[in-house]
Amino acid sequence: MKVYPRARSLRRALSSFVGFSSVRTATPSDARCHGNVNSVLTIDSAIVDAIVAHARRDHPDEACGVVAGAIGSDLPTRHIAMDNAARSMTFYEFDSMEHLRVWREMDDNDEEPVVIYHSHTATEAYPSRTDVSFAGEPGAHYLLVSTREPDAEEIRSFRIVDGVVTEEKVNIVDATVDA
Amino acid sequence: MAIEVRVPTILRSYTGGSKIVEGAGDTLSGLLDDLDAKHSGLKGRLITPEGGLHRFVNIYVNDEDVRFLGALDAKLNDGDSITILPAVAGGALGFAAAAAFFGR
Repeated sequence: MKVYPRARSLRRALSSFVGFSSVRTATPSDARCHGNVNSVLTIDSAIVDAIVAHARRDHPDEACGVVAGAIGSDLPTRHIAMDNAARSMTFYEFDSMEHLRVWREMDDNDEEPVVIYHSHTATEAYPSRTDVSFAGEPGAHYLLVSTREPDAEEIRSFRIVDGVVTEEKVNIVDATVDA
Repeated sequence: MAIEVRVPTILRSYTGGSKIVEGAGDTLSGLLDDLDAKHSGLKGRLITPEGGLHRFVNIYVNDEDVRFLGALDAKLNDGDSITILPAVAGGALGFAAAAAFFGR
């Protein structure tokens, strides 16, 4: 995976854009230990199918959502398609009230947002500067789906911690949950 | 009694790792001043240099978005529960001036 040169150039871009000044590493020491951190996202094929279907449904607007999982499990089990309040082809934003409701629900279920996903509808499935700047859940896998090709999806997953993007493998498995 | 404040992961560096902290104030503005006195720097992540709430941070009083309650002037009472959530947002293009909330 040719992610490191890319991450470095992204970081340089960010550094001039939003004032990064210090040197950062791809695995900050204060990153939360999260099972198989920075290596792989294991996710059920039924959930991936649901995410892709959501992205196709909302195309050409960007689609967004969450997959919740038990705290500390690093296993995404409950797919929640969120509204894109921005209803835009180039921007997504959770609706603030739905955001609160879903985060409370996760709290009540002892869950956390294991995956936060969105689609890019005309570009590759790689975090944009915007994505990196907004990434506010350092424990989450940021899953991107590109729907720019009508008959094939590009699905990639990243950690975004303190502005540093690290791509990880996506391991799609069958039947870890009843979806 | 005091006002309970739920702090998101990304801001817990200001609260010594605590998920829930307590504060006091008659308004959101007063509460944030009180919190900043105990957790220095927290307010700067929520308020712009111009003194308004950051566009890409959501603050809720109980079940309401404070934007619908007068934003920083929102009235608070003992026993209220405040939740802070960084907006989940992004997208392919079109960067707005939003990076400041995340301290970058």
